[in-house]
Amino acid sequence: MGNNQPSVLRRFMPLIVFVALVILLAIGLTLNPRLVPSPLIGKPAPEFELPLLLKEGSFSNKDLMGQVTLVNVWASWCFACRQEHETVKFLSRNGVRIIGLNYKDEPDDAKNWLARLGNPYQDIAADYDGRIAIDWGVYGAPETFLIDQQGIIRHKVIGPLSDKDNYDALLLAMKSINPALNKSLEK
Amino acid sequence: MIPELGHFALIIAFAVSIVQSIVPLIGAEKNNATLISIARPAALTQLLFVGLAYAALTHAFIVLDFSVLYVSQHSNLVQPLMYRISGVWGSHEGSLLLWSLILSLWTIAVAVYSKNLPEILMARVLAVMAMISTGFLAFMLFTSNPFERIFPTPLDGNELNPLLQDPGLAIHPPMLYMGYVGFSVAFAFAVAALLGGKLDATWARWSRPWTTIAWSFLTIGIALGSWWAYNELGWGGWWFWDPVENASFMPWLVGTALIHSLASTEKRGVFKSWTVLLAILAFSLSLLGTFIVRSGVLVSVHAFATDPARGVFILAFLVVVVGGSLALYAWRSATVVSYGRFQWFSRESALLLNNIIFLTAAAAVFVGTMYPLVVDAFGLGKISVGRPYFDTMFSLVAIPLLLLLGVGPAVRWKGDDWSRVAKVMVLFFIVSLVLGLLLPFLVEEKLNLSTGLGLAGALWVALTTLKDLFSRLLRNLKLPLSYVGMVLAHLGVAIFVVGVTVVTSYGEEKDLRMVPGSSYNISGYEFRFQGVRKVNGPNYVADEAVIEVWHDNEKSGELLPQKRVYSGKGNPMTDASIDKTLFRDLYAALGEELGSGAWSMRVYYKPMIRWIWLGSLFMTFGGVLAVSDRRYRQSIKQKVNEKFSVTSRA
Amino acid sequence: MNKLLLIFFLFGVLTLSLKSVAAPIETFKFDSPETEKVFHKLSEELRCLVCQNQNIAESNADLAKDLRLEIYTMLTQGKSEDEIVDFMVERYGDYVLYRPPFKPMTWLLWFGPVIIFVLGLGFVVRFMKSQSSDEPPASLSNEEIERIKNLHAEQDGK
Repeated sequence: MGNNQPSVLRRFMPLIVFVALVILLAIGLTLNPRLVPSPLIGKPAPEFELPLLLKEGSFSNKDLMGQVTLVNVWASWCFACRQEHETVKFLSRNGVRIIGLNYKDEPDDAKNWLARLGNPYQDIAADYDGRIAIDWGVYGAPETFLIDQQGIIRHKVIGPLSDKDNYDALLLAMKSINPALNKSLEK
Repeated sequence: MIPELGHFALIIAFAVSIVQSIVPLIGAEKNNATLISIARPAALTQLLFVGLAYAALTHAFIVLDFSVLYVSQHSNLVQPLMYRISGVWGSHEGSLLLWSLILSLWTIAVAVYSKNLPEILMARVLAVMAMISTGFLAFMLFTSNPFERIFPTPLDGNELNPLLQDPGLAIHPPMLYMGYVGFSVAFAFAVAALLGGKLDATWARWSRPWTTIAWSFLTIGIALGSWWAYNELGWGGWWFWDPVENASFMPWLVGTALIHSLASTEKRGVFKSWTVLLAILAFSLSLLGTFIVRSGVLVSVHAFATDPARGVFILAFLVVVVGGSLALYAWRSATVVSYGRFQWFSRESALLLNNIIFLTAAAAVFVGTMYPLVVDAFGLGKISVGRPYFDTMFSLVAIPLLLLLGVGPAVRWKGDDWSRVAKVMVLFFIVSLVLGLLLPFLVEEKLNLSTGLGLAGALWVALTTLKDLFSRLLRNLKLPLSYVGMVLAHLGVAIFVVGVTVVTSYGEEKDLRMVPGSSYNISGYEFRFQGVRKVNGPNYVADEAVIEVWHDNEKSGELLPQKRVYSGKGNPMTDASIDKTLFRDLYAALGEELGSGAWSMRVYYKPMIRWIWLGSLFMTFGGVLAVSDRRYRQSIKQKVNEKFSVTSRA
Repeated sequence: MNKLLLIFFLFGVLTLSLKSVAAPIETFKFDSPETEKVFHKLSEELRCLVCQNQNIAESNADLAKDLRLEIYTMLTQGKSEDEIVDFMVERYGDYVLYRPPFKPMTWLLWFGPVIIFVLGLGFVVRFMKSQSSDEPPASLSNEEIERIKNLHAEQDGK
C-alpha cells in the first residue's frame, strides 16, 4: 500500500484467513449446533425423591445405585419418545435396568400411553413440574442417562435411542463400564 | 403453466448468465470489441428473464396457486394481498429469486450508466457480476427451485408466518438485499481493476457512487429490521446480536470503511490496495451472511429452514467467488500501488485509522459470532456468545471511533498542523465532557459514567460537525452535496448514540397483573387499565386491551395492545401498542387472561428510542445526498478517456 | 445427514409447543426493585436451550418458563446472582450463558478484538514510518504538470 510493494504476507493474509474460515465452516456443516453436552458426566446423579407413577411410594437417587441403570426421560406428549420406545423395550428385554422419568406429563395420559405401547421400565418416577429434570440438565425429551453401579452419570443420550448413532454411542459407554456386556444388545 | 414458464425463464437466464460471464471477459483480455459488446445486451436479456420468473412467482402467489409448493407453504386463502406479494420473498427459495432480480437490476444500472467507462473495464465488471448471478441461478435451479410443484394440490396453504405479516418487515428484505447485492458492484469493480492491473483515482470515482448507494440501502434495511423487531416482538428490544443480524452488520461496518477509503483513493490516490481489499471483503461478508442464514451452522431465530446440503453449495460458491478474488488479490495487488504521501497528522492518516477501527469492529462481531463454532469444531464443548459480549466490545470500539469522528473531518489532506485545530478541539472536548457528564448527574444526582460518556461522545461529534459546517457557511464557501451528505451522516451517528445511551440507561419495564380499573405509574406516566374487548381483523380475531395513559393529570393517549389469533395455525401473537413521540415511547404488550377479569401485561417507558432510527435515517439520507453530488453526474472528459484506452494493461 | 435432520425435527417438536409468538409476561412479585432488576438481568443473560437463539426472558418455551420460575424461587430464597448462574452452569454447562465466561478457552474471544486493534495500530505506525523514509518520486516534467493541472481542475477541491 505504500511506495513499497506489499509484502508476500500482506498479500496472502486475507486468503489464508479465508481458507481457515472455509475449513471451519465445512466442519460446522457436520456439527449440530443445537446439541448441548451435559456437564454432569462423571458426577453423581442429582439427589431427588419423586413419587412413583404406577404405584404407591417414591423413588430416590439412592435407588439408582447397585446396578448399571438407564434413566429414560419420556412423556406421552413427546412424539420421538414413541419412536424410540421399541428400542427401550428391546434394551429392557435384554436385561438392562431402565428407570423411567416421566417429564411434565399428566398421570392419566402417561398411564394410557404405557398401556398402549408397553412398559419396559422397572420403575417410573413422575416429575410433573419438571423441577427434578432441571437438576439433571434435561432440556427436551427423549433423553437417556447411563448410571453406573456407584450412581455416577457416565453418558447422556440426547434424542431418541432408536437413532443408530445414539444407540451405538450408548453401547460403547455401557461397554466401558462392563466389558462383558450382553452380546444380544448389539443391534 | 405459468410456473413452468417461470422455471424455463430461469433456465434461459442461467444460460445467458454463463455467456455474460465468459465472453466479455475473453473480449477484454483479447481487446476484441465484438466480444465485449455482448455484455450489455446479455445483461438486459438476463434482467428480462429473471424478471419474468419473478413475475411468474408473484402471479402464483397472487392467484394463490397452491399447486406450487412454495406458495402452499407461505400463503393461505385468507391472506391479504399485500402479504401475498411480500410472501414471495418470505422464505428461502423466493428470497433467492429476489436476490437474482435485484442483482440483474444493479447489473443493468451499471450497464446503462457506464457510457463513460472504458469498454474493457465495463466488460470485466459486467462479467464478474454475471458470474455471481450464475452462482445464484445455479443454486436455485439445482437445489432450491421456487417453482417446484406439489401433487395433489392442497385445498388451502399454510399462512405466511404472522410475524412477517407486517409492512415494516415486508419491506426489510428488499432493502437489505439492495444493499448486499449493491456491494457486488464495488466487488466487480475491484476484481476488474485487479484483472486489468490498473487502479487509480478515476476508478475510485466510478466505484464510489455505487458503493454509497448500496451502503445507504443497507443502512435503511438494517434500521427497518431493528424498528420492526421493537414494534412487533413485544420485548422492547431493538437489536439482539443474533448471528443473522450480525451477518448484516458486518458488511455494513466494512462498507462504511469502504466508502471512506474510496474517498481517499479518489481524492489523493492513496489506500488503493486497501480499498480493493475492502470492496472484496464487503461483498464476501454479504455472501457469508447468505451462508449463515441458510446452512444451519449457527443457531438463529432468523434462519430459514436450514439444510446442510444447501450449506455445502453456498460454501462451494464462497470458495469460488471469495477465494478466487482473494487469490487474485494476492497475485495482483502488487500492481495496485499507491504513491500518495501524507504526514502523521493528516486527513489520510485519520481515514487510515478509521479503516482500522471499523475493521476492528467488524472483526469483533465476526469473532463473537464464529467463536461458538470454533470451540465446537475443536471438540471443546459448546459455549454461547450473546449480547453482553457484543455490547461490551462495541462500547469499547465507540470510544476511538467517536473521538476520531470529531477530529478527522477537520484535518487537512496531506498534512496539517495540530496547533491550527487544537484550540477549538480541546475546547469542544472539554465542553462535551462536562455537559455529557452533567446531564445524567442532574437527573440521577450521582455520577453515571457510562451514560455521561455516551452523551459526551455524541455531543463531541455534533459540536465538531456543526462547527465545521458553520465556519464554511460563514466564509461563504460553496457546500457541495457530498459535504452536506457527510454532515448529515455524521450527525446521524451522534443522534444514534444519544438514542442508544438514553434508552439503555433510563428505559424502564414492568410486568403487571392488572384488573380493570387498576393503574400503574412509570416515570410520571400513569397507565390505567380499562378492560379487554374482542376485535376482528382480516385474518385474525383478537383480544384488545384498552389502557389510558395519563400525564400531569391529563389524558395524553391510549394504548390498545392486542392478543391475536390468526386463522392459519391458530398460534397466538402479540401486537404491542405504542404511544410514540420523538422523545419517548410508551409501550404496552398484552399477556394472558389470569382469571376473574385480570390480565397480565407489560408496560415500558422508552425515552429517546426513536433517535436510534432517526440517526439511521440521517445516515441513509446523508449517503443519498452524497451520491447526488454533481461531480458524479458530470461526464469524464475525453482526455481522461484516452488515457484508459484499450491498450492499457500493466 | 439424516441424523441431523432427525434431531432438528425432534427438537422442533418441543419448540412447536410455543404458546404464543410474543414476549412472555410473568407476574412475579418481588421484594424490592433491585431484586426485580436482577431477575430481568439473569433472564436476559441466560439462554433458552430449546430455542433458536433466545434468552429465557423472551422465550415462550416450557423450559424457559420453568427456568424463570426457578430463578424467581432462588431469588426469593435470597440466593445471589452468582449462585444462580453457577446453578445453571452446573446443570447445563457454559452454553447457557450468553455472557461467555472468562477462562483460557475464551481468552481469544475476549482479547481478540483488542489484539486486532493493536495490530492494526502497529500496522499504521509501520506504514507511516516507511513512508517518511522513502525516496520522493522523481520530479515531473512541465508538460506532465500541465496535464495534471488540467485533470485536477475537474475535481472539486476540499
